[in-house]
Amino acid sequence: MPPIDGSPLSRRAWLTTTSGLIAAGLLKTQADALRLDASEAPLDVGQTPSPAQTAQATRSTGRPDPMKVPGRIVSEVGSRAPGERPTRYLRAEELSSSSRSPLQDFHGIITPSDLHFERHHAGVPDIRLEDHELLIHGMVDRPMVFRMADLMRYPSISRIHFIECSGNGGGIYSRDRMPTDITVQQIDGLISTSEWTGVPLAWVLREVGVRSGASWLLAEGSDAAGLSRSVPIEKGMDDALLAYGQNGEAIRPEQGYPLRLMLPGWEGNTQVKWLRRIEVTDRPTMTREETSKYTDPLGDGTARQFSFVMDAKSVITFPSYPYVLPDRGWWEIKGLAWTGRGRITRVEVSTDGGRRWVDAELQQPVLPLATVRFRHLWNWDGRETVILSRATDETGYVQPTVHELWEARGERTSYHQNHQRAWRVAGDGAVTFGLGELV
Amino acid sequence: MMRSARKLVALGLAAGLVAGCGGGADAGGGQDADASAVAAGGGYTLPQDAPQRFSFGTEASQARVALWDIDVKPDGEGLPDGSGSVEEGEQVYMTQCIACHGLTGTEGPYDRLVATDPWEQWPVNRGIGNYWPYATTLYDYIRRAMPQLTPGSLTADETYAVIAYLLYRNEIVAEDAIMSRETLPAVQMPARGRFVVDDRTGGPTIR
Repeated sequence: MPPIDGSPLSRRAWLTTTSGLIAAGLLKTQADALRLDASEAPLDVGQTPSPAQTAQATRSTGRPDPMKVPGRIVSEVGSRAPGERPTRYLRAEELSSSSRSPLQDFHGIITPSDLHFERHHAGVPDIRLEDHELLIHGMVDRPMVFRMADLMRYPSISRIHFIECSGNGGGIYSRDRMPTDITVQQIDGLISTSEWTGVPLAWVLREVGVRSGASWLLAEGSDAAGLSRSVPIEKGMDDALLAYGQNGEAIRPEQGYPLRLMLPGWEGNTQVKWLRRIEVTDRPTMTREETSKYTDPLGDGTARQFSFVMDAKSVITFPSYPYVLPDRGWWEIKGLAWTGRGRITRVEVSTDGGRRWVDAELQQPVLPLATVRFRHLWNWDGRETVILSRATDETGYVQPTVHELWEARGERTSYHQNHQRAWRVAGDGAVTFGLGELV
Repeated sequence: MMRSARKLVALGLAAGLVAGCGGGADAGGGQDADASAVAAGGGYTLPQDAPQRFSFGTEASQARVALWDIDVKPDGEGLPDGSGSVEEGEQVYMTQCIACHGLTGTEGPYDRLVATDPWEQWPVNRGIGNYWPYATTLYDYIRRAMPQLTPGSLTADETYAVIAYLLYRNEIVAEDAIMSRETLPAVQMPARGRFVVDDRTGGPTIR
């Protein structure tokens, strides 16, 4: 034990003398005292430290040198580092039924489960695992009820897939309203990616015996909206999943605990959460969500229905508003790309407003129906410019410009706005949403 | 006769959709994905020694199915007994709906219900009168989701009645209309022919 200069027992001395006990887990109740956040706790209690102690125990920030004090002991549930406070974005102007993922704060492709975007139609229901049941009936040989324990007893699989709300990006489609002070989270935060675990629906449909002539499923949630969508049975027999796991733990309540339907690559509202019933049918039910709600007027007097698949898309997450590049030189442009039609094969980046395009690096492995991270090393010369990205998928589909989407669907359609995004970088390094500059 | 004709239309639509979605579903399954994880055709591979049936879960009785089978199909399948008039529906609307949808169904603050504006290119002021293709959807949706704070609390008669009132306000049925299992599926909705099958398939064409 080091000398304490004859001073009364300081906090530091207390830490030193008791560290052995703490390490042994015997002073658990004092664990909070070890949270040495300078803003909350003075270094010493009641005594001015000696210069030597100060030099030893603090750095220029005023916070203690972590090498000079024992760290926190174990905890049952971890938490983010002090200062790391990523949050979902809630739209304040309404009783919010959606929250958006902080895309700008993410490094890889996985969305931390507590930051996965939310969209619900009547709130998040409170459901206990042991109470939940899934009924499968209709054009089947054996109508059956499955408890969660039954479903979790089936062979299981895990897949990494994105889920995107078809309304994602709707805020930057109108020619008349192209904001500049809008974040990537506000624009495109209705996409998240998780590792999902569950039992393929096809295996459970085999259990109940689908009768010939069946062509559709009706999937229904047990929320207060009883949200329901009709799904072609081909998708149900293909890669649909009855998912109960998300990123290694039970699905979060906001994502459908304890059971949701996963329809990889399809618009989020079809991937019914809190799934309680599947009816096998020979026709679509024409629910509210697939008639008056999630349909796409095309400008010619018609509206597109059952627009399930999410088209290829990419977004630059760095640099993006409100970031300010502090100086010219090397910067890595980073972003995410995805497609509902298999794999992303290419992402290109332009740093001159769309005149020239170069291939970005794709982080391997590129998974089907999952986000892929792209990166492009950029030597910024300090001059004002606009940066963009565009994705290509394995079908040869290239993420369109907003002009191309307007041309194809008109300027007032409601969903699936996957056009190229743009960020303006000013001479002072300030980054703002820049699509308005190009239209 | 009428019913089977409708069914044929629905089946035709279904067939078209399935064909239209095939590209996406196939790509989604990833025939070129890891062979160990993905079967040809896009699904998942059961272990080879898996039985045809695991016999997990329990068979559901007819009564059990009926308890949860709340949806209504466009041909009226799933509609319960009961009936309601426009006048009765006005009473239901004024006590159960007005707070969210406004005195005339146009004011909000939540979804607009009454909209009779005809549209050429774009649906203006979307509502039941100009953007709901099936009257049966009203029963399906109101029974499962409305009123917002007490979903499922309306009786069958009240539900038919408020639907009669909403259809009347949208200038689709007459003031003396009675909605029931027989009459509701026969209501012709102005938006019925507006909806087209998704024609996006991937590839170089932007749709």
